[in-house]
Amino acid sequence: MSQTELTRVAAVAMPTRRRAFDPALLLWIVLAAVLIFLVVNPLFRLVQLSLEDTDTGAFTLMNYVTAYSRQRYITATWNSLALGFWVTVLCLIFAVPVAWAVSRTDMPCKGAIRLLVLGAFVTPPYLGSIGWILLAGPNSGWLNRVWMTLTGAHEGLFNIYSFSGLAFNIALYSFPYLFIFTSAALDVVSSEMEDAANILGAGTLRTTLRITLPLVLPAILGGAIITFLEAIALFGTPALIAIPARFNVVTTQLLQFFSQPIRAEVAAAYAVPLLLITVGLFGVQRWLVRRRGFVSLTGKGGDRRQMALGPWRWVMLGYTLLLLSLSVLLPYAALAQAALAKAWGRGFSLDNLTLHNFHYLLFEHETAAQSVINSFTYAAAAACIAMGLALAIAYIVSRRLLPWAGVLSFVAMAPFVVPGIVLAIAFYAAYAPPPLALYGTATILILAFATRFLPIGYANADAAIRSINPEMEDAVRILGGGRLLAIRRVLAPLMQRSLIGAWLLVFIPATRELSTAMFLYGPNTRTMSVMLMDMSEEGNFESLAALGFLLLASTLVIVGLASGLLGRDFMLRRERG
Amino acid sequence: MSKLVLTGLGKTFGTVPAVQDVSLTLQQGEFVSLLGPSGCGKTTTLRMIAGFISPTAGTIEMNGAPLSAPNRVVAPEKRGMSMIFQSYAIWPNMTVAQNVAFGLKLRRLPGEDLRRRLDRILDVVQLGHLKNRYPAELSGGQQQRVALARAIVIEPEVLLLDEPLSNLDANLREEMRSEIRRLHDAFRITTVYVTHDQAEAMVTSDRIVVMNHGRIEQVDDPVSLYNRPRTRFVAGFIGRTNFLDGTADTGTIRFPGFTARADLLPEVAGLLHGPVSFSVRPQNIVLHRAAPADANGAWWVEGRIAERAYLGEYWEYVVRPAAAELRLRVSAAPQSVYETGDAVWLEIDPRRIARVPSSEV
Ligand SMILES: Nc1ncnc2c1ncn2[C@@H]1O[C@H](COP(=O)(O)OP(=O)(O)OP(=O)(O)O)[C@@H](O)[C@H]1O
Ligand SMILES: [Mg+2]
Repeated sequence: MSQTELTRVAAVAMPTRRRAFDPALLLWIVLAAVLIFLVVNPLFRLVQLSLEDTDTGAFTLMNYVTAYSRQRYITATWNSLALGFWVTVLCLIFAVPVAWAVSRTDMPCKGAIRLLVLGAFVTPPYLGSIGWILLAGPNSGWLNRVWMTLTGAHEGLFNIYSFSGLAFNIALYSFPYLFIFTSAALDVVSSEMEDAANILGAGTLRTTLRITLPLVLPAILGGAIITFLEAIALFGTPALIAIPARFNVVTTQLLQFFSQPIRAEVAAAYAVPLLLITVGLFGVQRWLVRRRGFVSLTGKGGDRRQMALGPWRWVMLGYTLLLLSLSVLLPYAALAQAALAKAWGRGFSLDNLTLHNFHYLLFEHETAAQSVINSFTYAAAAACIAMGLALAIAYIVSRRLLPWAGVLSFVAMAPFVVPGIVLAIAFYAAYAPPPLALYGTATILILAFATRFLPIGYANADAAIRSINPEMEDAVRILGGGRLLAIRRVLAPLMQRSLIGAWLLVFIPATRELSTAMFLYGPNTRTMSVMLMDMSEEGNFESLAALGFLLLASTLVIVGLASGLLGRDFMLRRERG
Repeated sequence: MSKLVLTGLGKTFGTVPAVQDVSLTLQQGEFVSLLGPSGCGKTTTLRMIAGFISPTAGTIEMNGAPLSAPNRVVAPEKRGMSMIFQSYAIWPNMTVAQNVAFGLKLRRLPGEDLRRRLDRILDVVQLGHLKNRYPAELSGGQQQRVALARAIVIEPEVLLLDEPLSNLDANLREEMRSEIRRLHDAFRITTVYVTHDQAEAMVTSDRIVVMNHGRIEQVDDPVSLYNRPRTRFVAGFIGRTNFLDGTADTGTIRFPGFTARADLLPEVAGLLHGPVSFSVRPQNIVLHRAAPADANGAWWVEGRIAERAYLGEYWEYVVRPAAAELRLRVSAAPQSVYETGDAVWLEIDPRRIARVPSSEV
């Protein structure tokens, strides 16, 4: 290369421009402002509202007195705690044996079982409840009818509209959390630990109970706490089951404070203890999981052999399949039957088959079609906002562009410990009153969804950014490209796949979010989940089931399409080379 | 002309000093290595030169113009440098050709010019036939060459390399370090090369900067560094050595187990007094079976073989002088075989030992 070339290159490379005001600082300020708007201010307003006299604005504890003075309200709190307890017990009974069988034994059909557990995991609990109302409604439910036919009894055996029905129903859709926690922990206990006990003369059962179980106990306890918290924060299932059964839990009681006349300040006071319990127990859970002083859980820990159960493996399989039938197969079948039936009570016959329910929903019903569109547009908008915010925060945190970036990541993760229903009331407290007066608008729903799922977005964005070596960007910069070019040409293409995945992880739960929407929707901003609740009050189970089916099917289609898109893009890239 | 001047450069993370008082001047076209143990501040220094880290003390100048000072730092993209990273940082979403041409495109080279320079550099690193491959389809060594080509093709003001060979297996590492030197001879780009492998530094460099605990211990060419280490750390870090710690007094030096004549030392004859230390390379000690007839200007020490190991290319003996705790490592040719316990005489040539600061300071 000639000398002239060299000097020209050097001349281009060495402009003597001074660096301007650090754009990262500006970004930090913008992000901090957005997080204050989405997270800090609503929670602050929630607490403030609960301590304020609505008329005078003066400080008062009266709202708390009102919220906890009536026996009914106290009973609801008590019911929630009891519900949380029984759901957790049931989940332990459901999840731990199945997780153990799947990860440590030679039980057959593991692939199918994992798939079904995943099915239970992605089923919105309120859809499961609708399925169970069809299965175990007093007298008319399928299980009761089968029972009556078989035994000639005049009364059904099961009644879903009861406390035990509620606990059982919630447990059927919460146990996957515990399953995931337990099997993740079991997967890292090495067989060598167990062998060591065997060598010393302990039998298989003794080894499992004395060695394996204590090793995974912190993980199980952590999962149990999450299960408990999910159960007491759940709104949909209690609304469908507890309200007809004429008892209240905290979340349904909160809804009643929100029926006319709205007493938001009492709701706020009633919600604050729920928030405190949640924050406290999450703290305990983090401490339990972090404390695990068990070396075997951290290392690779040798290989794992599967325990031979002999004929017992069929017993295990039977138990597992029974559980998954109750959780997935039976409710799905009941829903499908109702969605395709003229009248679901007439059972399975060809002349009872129809597609009319779908036609009715999409073309005849006043608001149902709009609710489908709302759900997907709000969820998409919320996912974009959450991911944009999460990415920007994760970037400046991981690149340490500024001191105090850690504060941003803490605030971004904070909504994780806020139950959806509490978040909704907090948004109501902050943005329903003037000047913003956002109550009932699409904006408030989108912002609330974005906030609710921001932690999922942040955790994934952070993992995606951390998985890319910062030297990839440094290499762009040293060759003369700016930081933005590095992001555009290198970081963005490399993270594309994981970001679409993360976007979907926010989008999918947002399409079915109920508890936040229930407290913030307006006449024109119903989502599918709200619509389902409305229809259940009307008792129109055929259209209800059809709408539920639309929700499930469209989610599956979107995931399928997106992975197809990703795959095709990947193929294209390879072919060009 | 001085190309790159570091003056009193320092970097403190929080309260931990990572680099302290580093001053160094590189001439145009010079190849300088930063060599030192893990955590001694090599990467920090290199990244300060690149502009990724701003110094907390001192300055960096290039071609007489300031680049870095604690309050004002020219961004990396404005420095006209290139860097090769430990991870290579080849962009997996671009082909070999796109990777290599990236810097040229940023400089808006006309298309034909660009193609010519791209083809030429790909030929130089023998990657011409792979130009449309993606990095995932290349071997480690080939990826390394892409990184080299990408960095060199823009003819940077300064080329920076951070342990570029540490991810390669031993054979490839030897091949690539010669390749790096060959490319330097062809393009004469001023180069700073970070490594913790002394052989790598010695093969490639004009001068080596030995660093320890964030400070420069010594800057010298490979030959002087090996033969005239100025600190105990350098003597011990570059090659293997023995330390002799003794006390000088009126023309003699008393070591544990033997005494030597100070006037045989070339530089400091007669002036020594008090504690003194020397570094003696194992191969600069000669083993003899019998006492010398004539001292022959050398130090002679009587001892016994305490341990031995056969390493194929040479014997390694540990010799203990009579009645002393001292253990001297001695390398000997494969044919000079001694048994453990044999009485031997060691011949140490005072012109081939280096005085280092006494251990008692
Ligand atoms: N971002 C940082 N924050 C705090 N301390 C740091 C940071 N980067 C480096 N250090 C510390 O500075 C010292 C020098 O680190 P540096 O990376 O420069 O070492 P090195 O010589 O390159 O080591 P190695 O051979 O292991 O790469 C180390 O003690 C390291 O822990
Ligand atoms: Mg380093």
